[in-house]
Amino acid sequence: MKITRETVLYVADLAHLELPEDEVETYRQQLDQILTYVEKLNQLDTSGVDPLAQVVAAPADSATGWRSDETRDAGISAEALMAAPDASSPFFRVPKVIERES
Amino acid sequence: MTNDARLTVAGIRADLAAKKISARELVTEYRSRIDRENPGLNAYLALSPERAFAQADRIDRMVERGAELPPLAGLPLAVKDVIATRGIPTTCGSRILEGYRPPYDATAVERLEQAGAMVLGKTNCDEFAMGSSNENSAYGPVRNPVAPDRVPGGSSGGSAAAVAAGLAVAALGTDTGGSVRQPGAFCGIPALMPTYGRVSRYGLVAFASSLDRIGPMTNTVADAAALLGVIAGHDPHDATSAAVPVHDYTAEIEKRVAGLRIGVPREYFGEGMDAEVRAKVEAGIALLERLGCRRVEVEMPHTDYAIATYYVIATAEASSNLARYDGVRYGVRAPADSLAAMYRKTRGTGFGAEVKRRIMLGTYALSTGYYEAYYLKAQKVRTLIARDFQQAFEKADLLVTPTSPTPAFRLGERTTDPLAMYLADIYTVTGSLAGVPGISVPCGRTAEGLPVGLQIFGPHFREDLVLRLAHAFERAGGSQV
Repeated sequence: MKITRETVLYVADLAHLELPEDEVETYRQQLDQILTYVEKLNQLDTSGVDPLAQVVAAPADSATGWRSDETRDAGISAEALMAAPDASSPFFRVPKVIERES
Repeated sequence: MTNDARLTVAGIRADLAAKKISARELVTEYRSRIDRENPGLNAYLALSPERAFAQADRIDRMVERGAELPPLAGLPLAVKDVIATRGIPTTCGSRILEGYRPPYDATAVERLEQAGAMVLGKTNCDEFAMGSSNENSAYGPVRNPVAPDRVPGGSSGGSAAAVAAGLAVAALGTDTGGSVRQPGAFCGIPALMPTYGRVSRYGLVAFASSLDRIGPMTNTVADAAALLGVIAGHDPHDATSAAVPVHDYTAEIEKRVAGLRIGVPREYFGEGMDAEVRAKVEAGIALLERLGCRRVEVEMPHTDYAIATYYVIATAEASSNLARYDGVRYGVRAPADSLAAMYRKTRGTGFGAEVKRRIMLGTYALSTGYYEAYYLKAQKVRTLIARDFQQAFEKADLLVTPTSPTPAFRLGERTTDPLAMYLADIYTVTGSLAGVPGISVPCGRTAEGLPVGLQIFGPHFREDLVLRLAHAFERAGGSQV
């Protein structure tokens, strides 16, 4: 595994994270070290093994399952807007959207 | 500084009913303890006196009326700061949520208050629950009340320290890879991670949604049983909460443990384990045998892959969950001219180093060309780890292991090496991945006086068995082995 400086910048960009220049190399080394460690998973043969995304299967007699898809008013929109850095009811307000050059 | 007058849920309720103390006096007493001790410990980030006193007055009026008191009447409770509390700051230990006051309560908090608990305040933690030492909090580390030069563990370090120091009688923590159990072990208190789905996650700020769980941290196992009985059960607000019947844990823990088969996986006693921890855990297992439990050796061959699996899955889920912190809906916003620049600046300055590291790891693991090699691979290994548990539970009723390979380490000792910090989660992340319940219960102390934790795992939804064994162990003097 070799994580390059370009990979760090690419991933930070995907994640919308601004990284100070003097931190890029530290993250590069740490991500490289951790991902190198993670490669030990390749020692295991997982052909024919299903991936596990959901841990606890609901028991057969469980009522957990589908519910009707109905909207309900939580009645907290005013409070929710109050928690925003900038709002103009009933909207959140954001800086101007400028398209990024492709 | 540790809590000598160990108040308990049942003791408080009885004292209130007998009018030996009032709920208002209890809040006042804990407020003064917090004022005295918290500046040194940094266990609490915010206090909620109005809410606590209002609840105390409700309880005291019930006492005056001669009404039947609810099960947790007058319980001084601390709540980890990743759990939403209406109108009370909920920062998740992060700058990015500085000043945020949620418009609703988490289901667990709501249920505890309905059962009579009094919310004293919110406890410090690693930022977004990412850490094993509480040193990743944006609001400063917590000190271990047992040894102030040492970490309390993490990420629920503030909750563990508050209970161990007597600044709360019980606390809610959250456990994604060990964050309830390991600080419980480091601070010398029982700390329970329930089965995934046993307790509603509604109002728990998401870190890794397939792993996150809320659990009680208490002075006694009986108290953990009492709290679990209140917070367990299906919640329509959490689609992953299970509609599995809830045991009467307070009654179940009194049942006999003789004849229970306790599995000891040899993979949990490998290299990297502190010699004193090993000796204490072995002494703890010997104590369980004297109580009539039957020791059986079990094999869990994929244990060594759990850390790698966990840190792929948890960071992948975190990178997705934490996308919502963008300076639009809550918390702080860094000023910028465009929306894209505002996102980048807000997130770049609002998140701490460990959170950024994990978001980048997770983003990488999910990115085009790497998804199968990392995330999908880890999910497959997760299947193998879950199978290890299923097979072990064919031979044993419960599994017994150390909680952590070492006792509490010194502040600053591991902060420069993230991987070394991750590797210390080896005994806890397995159960997180498998979704099983686990408790850490005090199991003696090292020569220096540092607490050691014994971890007990049970099959899915068998908290009754886990708590029963832990209760018997505690009552037989487990904390003194």
